Amino acid sequence: MKSEPKRIIAPLEEALVRELRAGDVVSLSGTLLTGRDAAHKRMTDLLASGKPLPFSIEGEVIYYVGPTPAPPGRPIGAAGPTTSYRMDAYAPLLMEHGLKGMIGKGARSEAVKQAMIKCGVVYFAAIGGAGALISQSVKEAQVLAWEELGPEAVRRLVVEDLPLIVATDSQGGDLYITGRQQYKI
Amino acid sequence: MRTISVEDVTAAVRRLCMDACTILGDDVIALLEVALLNEVSTIGREILERIIQNSRIAAEEKIPLCQDTGMAVVFVEIGQDVHVKGGALDEAIHEGVRQGYRDGNLRKSVLHPITRINTGDNTPAVIHTEFVPGDRFKITLAPKGFGSENMSRVMMFPPSAGIEGVKDFIVQRVEESGGNPCPPIVVGVGLGGTFEKAAILAKKALLRPLGTQNPDPDLDSLEKELLERINRLGIGPMGLGGRTTALAVHVNTYPTHIASFPCAVNIQCHSCRHQEVEL
Repeated sequence: MKSEPKRIIAPLEEALVRELRAGDVVSLSGTLLTGRDAAHKRMTDLLASGKPLPFSIEGEVIYYVGPTPAPPGRPIGAAGPTTSYRMDAYAPLLMEHGLKGMIGKGARSEAVKQAMIKCGVVYFAAIGGAGALISQSVKEAQVLAWEELGPEAVRRLVVEDLPLIVATDSQGGDLYITGRQQYKI
Repeated sequence: MRTISVEDVTAAVRRLCMDACTILGDDVIALLEVALLNEVSTIGREILERIIQNSRIAAEEKIPLCQDTGMAVVFVEIGQDVHVKGGALDEAIHEGVRQGYRDGNLRKSVLHPITRINTGDNTPAVIHTEFVPGDRFKITLAPKGFGSENMSRVMMFPPSAGIEGVKDFIVQRVEESGGNPCPPIVVGVGLGGTFEKAAILAKKALLRPLGTQNPDPDLDSLEKELLERINRLGIGPMGLGGRTTALAVHVNTYPTHIASFPCAVNIQCHSCRHQEVEL
């Protein structure tokens, strides 16, 4: 039996975020920001020193991705998620500044999960290694900041029906723990 | 004496980079399809289906399977009776990587470890050269993604750990890696040799076609035992729960020193990419 995905729109409202539960299969449309290691360091360095970001993160969903260069006639190349734990050190500060969702792969730290509960934030798993498939959901991509970072630059993506799974919710639910427990022999 | 020109090496490496990043081997797809039939988790099956679908889209539309098009690991087998003319072999390989990553719209992920300044063209490659008798010349290129590479470890055990201690270490490494290396994974294991030899044995184990048996019956049963233990962990596709955590475990061994039991575990994501060519 295939579960019918919940259709959601980004940027996200906190009320919707609070309803999502670990294990929900969702289909996300709307706009996202992208950022990975280097962009996270720049964002948190600016915020920590009280300076504004060159873009707003209020209500936004950030996708941990460093895409391949766009082939001619396409907005983006392969665009699957990168491993999220490397962003754990930076994520709580971004949540305090209004970030509402994160997309990546792999489990998050306890500190990130606590910040998610406090700030009302959801973490989605995208399918790692499905870069070609995911690129089909990306309709537009535009560099917003730090172009010199190449694949690590911050982009704004317009996506349609991006297939995701709620991995960690804003109530402390974590499919990386419960899913494993359910199938462990 | 057979002569091979560096231009031919460069052209072959360029092609291998582009093919390896867009074409998933039939051996991998076959095991993913078996896993899809056997997986009991609904989300797990959905993920496996999408991974298979991804391989079709990548091959048809020439889009990389994964945005992490890796660092190029190149194994070269050079016959003793081969003469490479026209320049340096290593430079010819680096040039092939440079051209392949440029022309294939592949991601340039290689940088200086301390300054973090990108080399801009995904060079240098990591090259392992082996001399063999005769006049064959074979290049195998494996773009290695670092979501899984970061989960790999080398452990220099004391002999007292024994094979049981080593088995526990391998299973534990997979358990601690969870969803990070993009399961279902392939686990390459190198036992013996020295510190660096164990790591190369593990890396080479990843090149063995999936679904093939280890020719050594003891290692074959070790591989099967480890695979069964790993798939009981419950990690499942992408770490979200299920019975398909690994597609295969491959073990290579080499004699070692009386004072040690080296063990390397090289983790490979489901995008188990490698292409080879003989010139």
